[in-house]
Amino acid sequence: MDRRLTKGNIALAEGAIQAHCRYYFGYPITPQNDIPEYLSRNLPKVGGVFIPAESEIASINMVMGAAASGKRAMTSSSGPGISLMQEALSYMAGSDIPCVVVNIMRSGPGLGGIAPTQGDYSQAVHGGGHGDYHSIVLAPASVQEMFDLTIKAFELADTYRNPAMIIADAMIGQFQEPCRLTPREPVVVPDKPWALTGCKGRAPQLLKSLYLADGEQEAHNLVMKQKYDIIRDREVMYETRHLEDAELMIVAFGTPARIAKTAIENLRARGIRAGLLRPISLFPFPVHQVHDFSIRIKKILVVEMNTGQMLRDVQISAHRDSRIFFYGRPGGGVPYPDDIEAQVVAALEEA
Amino acid sequence: MNRIFQRPASLLDRPTHFCPGCTHGIAHRLIAEAIDELGIRERTIGIPGVGCCVFLYHYFPIDVLEAPHGRAPACATGMKRAQPDKIIFAYQGDGDMAAIGTSEVIHAANRGENVTVFYINNSVYGMTGGQMAPTTLLGQQTTTSPYGRDFKSEGYPIRMAEMLATLEGVCYSTRVALHTPRHVNQARKAVIKALEMQNAEMGFSVVEMLSTCNTNWRVTPLEAIDMIENEMIPYYPLGVFKERTGKDFL
Ligand SMILES: Cc1ncc(C[n+]2csc(CCOP(=O)(O)OP(=O)(O)O)c2C)c(N)n1
Repeated sequence: MDRRLTKGNIALAEGAIQAHCRYYFGYPITPQNDIPEYLSRNLPKVGGVFIPAESEIASINMVMGAAASGKRAMTSSSGPGISLMQEALSYMAGSDIPCVVVNIMRSGPGLGGIAPTQGDYSQAVHGGGHGDYHSIVLAPASVQEMFDLTIKAFELADTYRNPAMIIADAMIGQFQEPCRLTPREPVVVPDKPWALTGCKGRAPQLLKSLYLADGEQEAHNLVMKQKYDIIRDREVMYETRHLEDAELMIVAFGTPARIAKTAIENLRARGIRAGLLRPISLFPFPVHQVHDFSIRIKKILVVEMNTGQMLRDVQISAHRDSRIFFYGRPGGGVPYPDDIEAQVVAALEEA
Repeated sequence: MNRIFQRPASLLDRPTHFCPGCTHGIAHRLIAEAIDELGIRERTIGIPGVGCCVFLYHYFPIDVLEAPHGRAPACATGMKRAQPDKIIFAYQGDGDMAAIGTSEVIHAANRGENVTVFYINNSVYGMTGGQMAPTTLLGQQTTTSPYGRDFKSEGYPIRMAEMLATLEGVCYSTRVALHTPRHVNQARKAVIKALEMQNAEMGFSVVEMLSTCNTNWRVTPLEAIDMIENEMIPYYPLGVFKERTGKDFL
């Protein structure tokens, strides 16, 4: 198979084009600028539209306009810009408008730093914007996944008429790996009979999120809840490594999961049986998978590049007798394999 | 017998939620008439801002997208780029457009997005109870300027039609008023012209309409009409501030 040395952000941008996304709106912010730069060059070649928007607020609202037209549309940004987008993300969730939003995370709070970090897990997975909603959230851990999961994100967004986010740390965005830049399966864009295309030959249509009448909003929230339950049922994605005989399960996503793989090989060479569960979908979180493995594997080490955000989801998912340990490096700190190995050894030594 | 006056086909026969004396309804009617006159109903998409106009879909038998407060021009941008053959209009209040959404309207105008904005300037945030807006007149009392707007603290009322007219991307910027039959007739022509110019792909068009909000101004509908004439028009002069005659872009 033809694979090319590709940067993560470029693989993601090319994935969007391959997913038939033809509308990109964005405002520059490091460490994701390769995405708008690539798309500004390449979207016009396929008849697409690139607008360098005046702000992230404008970007996401342009996405909303294009997506409401029934087109695949996306934007990308990082911490401060993603914060600015939350209002419109909430509107799109409330109005059943699909879109893809990419967050190549910066450390924070505030302007923060641009080194690899995972501080926006909670924002992405547990809301971010106001109201009772969820975005679908995918977390690539390789350049290939930057490509594949972008296509997947468009599929899921369209299937469920819901915003989908990709969150990746700057390591995944910035490094290069061999990558197959063709879709694994043919990309199919579904019909969107709900789109606002002018009411020729049909009744007028409406996309809205305001529900003022008595009980209307509650009813709408419950319909949304049903949708999220279906997503929880059907769309969980995860990878495991060496869990069959593991005495400790590492749970990590993105870059820490890759580093954990190296740590696990090193530990196994020393006779220490660690394994990995890597959530690929963060919403839906692999609740049952974490739970089922934790029945047998009593010790869990959560490794994140933050001070403990996914940790909460693992705590909620794991069996009640689990011993859960946490190793976190916030603010741009990246663990080495031996850091993780030391944590595993210490956890296994504890009674 | 010829029927010479009737409800426009693009306006639904619905009880209005607007207060008696409010001119939002007149603006709705003018837009509906223009849509009829140009025969564009089936390819027109409306994007109301958040404010008293948010129930646009209740009155117009057209496709409607509800935008976040102030962001309608950005939504319109995305929509028009995705569907250049459609007629896209935003309908915004002065809080929506001249306060929270200033950035979006300026940049949509500056890019020359081929969309139309109908801008209802009633000098207050109507829907939330008549608080002070950037458009509130000097000395005007509102629920958040109980002592009257003071330029030393709140600055001066902002003139959007003039400001937008300075931008190259704008093909048409005008201010009209809705308080007398004569003014309504002028407004009617402006609304049609704006949509015609969009149809001719000439760029960004904006029609500012001076409107009453007698409920929040705490006056009778008749007094509100006088206030438009005697207080608003002297500060917000009516007229055309920009009008391209052809696609005379730089
Ligand atoms: C982000 C945000 N802030 C505040 C509000 C509350 N809000 C709703 S309508 C409105 C003002 C509307 O005033 P205007 O745009 O002048 O329209 P009018 O109701 O006077 O026609 C405000 C402040 C909101 N919906 N969203």
